[in-house]
Amino acid sequence: MLKVRVIPTLLWKGAGLVKGVGFDSWRRVGTVLPAVKVYNMREVDELIVVDITATAEERQPDYESIQEFAYESFVPLTMGGGVRSINDIRSLLRCGADKVAINTAAYADPSIITKAADVFGSQCVVVSIDAKRQSDERHQCYSHCGSKPTGLEVVQWAQKVEELGAGEILITSIERDGTMEGYDLDLISKVSTAVNIPVIASGGAGTYEHFYQALTQGKAQAVAAASLYHFTEQTPLQAKLYLKSKGIHVRTSQLT
Amino acid sequence: MQVVVIDYGMGNLQSVLRAFEECGADVIISDQPASLKTASHIVLPGVGAFSDAMNQIHAMGWHDAIRHEAIQSHVPLLGICLGMQLLADTGCEGGQTQGLGLVPGTVQKLVPDTPQTHIPHVGWNEFHRVQDHPLFEGIADGTDFYFVHSYHFKPASGQHAIGSTPYCGGFVSAVQSDNIFGVQFHPEKSHRPGFRIIENFLNIN
Repeated sequence: MLKVRVIPTLLWKGAGLVKGVGFDSWRRVGTVLPAVKVYNMREVDELIVVDITATAEERQPDYESIQEFAYESFVPLTMGGGVRSINDIRSLLRCGADKVAINTAAYADPSIITKAADVFGSQCVVVSIDAKRQSDERHQCYSHCGSKPTGLEVVQWAQKVEELGAGEILITSIERDGTMEGYDLDLISKVSTAVNIPVIASGGAGTYEHFYQALTQGKAQAVAAASLYHFTEQTPLQAKLYLKSKGIHVRTSQLT
Repeated sequence: MQVVVIDYGMGNLQSVLRAFEECGADVIISDQPASLKTASHIVLPGVGAFSDAMNQIHAMGWHDAIRHEAIQSHVPLLGICLGMQLLADTGCEGGQTQGLGLVPGTVQKLVPDTPQTHIPHVGWNEFHRVQDHPLFEGIADGTDFYFVHSYHFKPASGQHAIGSTPYCGGFVSAVQSDNIFGVQFHPEKSHRPGFRIIENFLNIN
């Protein structure tokens, strides 16, 4: 059986590994490369590394560093941040990324999703969606690292990106991000039930129980988290043992 | 020992190179068919569509070189993902196309068996041995490996199926014919169990 995935997310700003709250108040928590090495040594299911300032600074992804991350990664690696063109995607894959996360660029030109899927296969195209709950309980999508409202409702956008050829959706709740209070289960489940591609839940995980909720109530296929790993003693492996004890199919063969 | 990773102009081969290096192999990536003459082990990786890959293999002069080393010189060969599929007689991705014809069989599209089954098959899934084989030494039955694919190898005869994976009703995820091996998963992205497969392959002479 295909396993659900437990994924650490590494946010990368300048030379540092950072974590914020609500896409703000970034706090330095280390450096990226050693973190990639540690998670790789722990044989995590997958890693997501996002350069959070590349788009705002209007610069290209830092290919040299990305190559170093890929060099240390013997598990699937998703790279995001500053991806604007098919050439950016090609360069990232050439650096050793297995998948590429597209966010802001997809709003400006949705056809980049289709082009990327046609050229490289939908399996390597992850569309990252950052959403915030509005006063009417709907969720609106935001671009530019959560700073610009797009006017798009999240379910409609999720269905659109699936139709355009996305292989996976990484859905992040902007206001839950960094709070460790739990995922926005309403948001996760809305998106998961609206599409047929795998959905990675993100934003708000603080306990293993939150993972369980995102997978059961939220119906996600994967759970991403950052603060939980940076600021507590919790680990991806312990998370999986917890999920396994509650009947979720996870990969634990790294124990044998 | 000299491992040659075949570069037929499609996709990133760095991960494969890195994993073989990590397993202590002396390994090169080559786009020159003549390099196979010095190979102790050949790796045929692959990302992309069957027909595009075969076109490239013909255009770059790999076809005869691979067949010669694998059949006449008995050099151990490992096909990974699309590389495994290319070992077949024919594939249908991108139009009916002749493969390398090294393991009898055809390549077909995965067909979902439940509404929850998605194609491509992406993620960690179990590997079960169908036959005992040195390639799987030290690998517990049911170990998870990383898969990314939409097509699967259907061997002409059960004797060539050495491993299977429970998805779409079960498909053959490892094949063998003499010194020629293929795995549908990515050992280079499956960490320790993947390294073990690579080490076992390197121990086959």
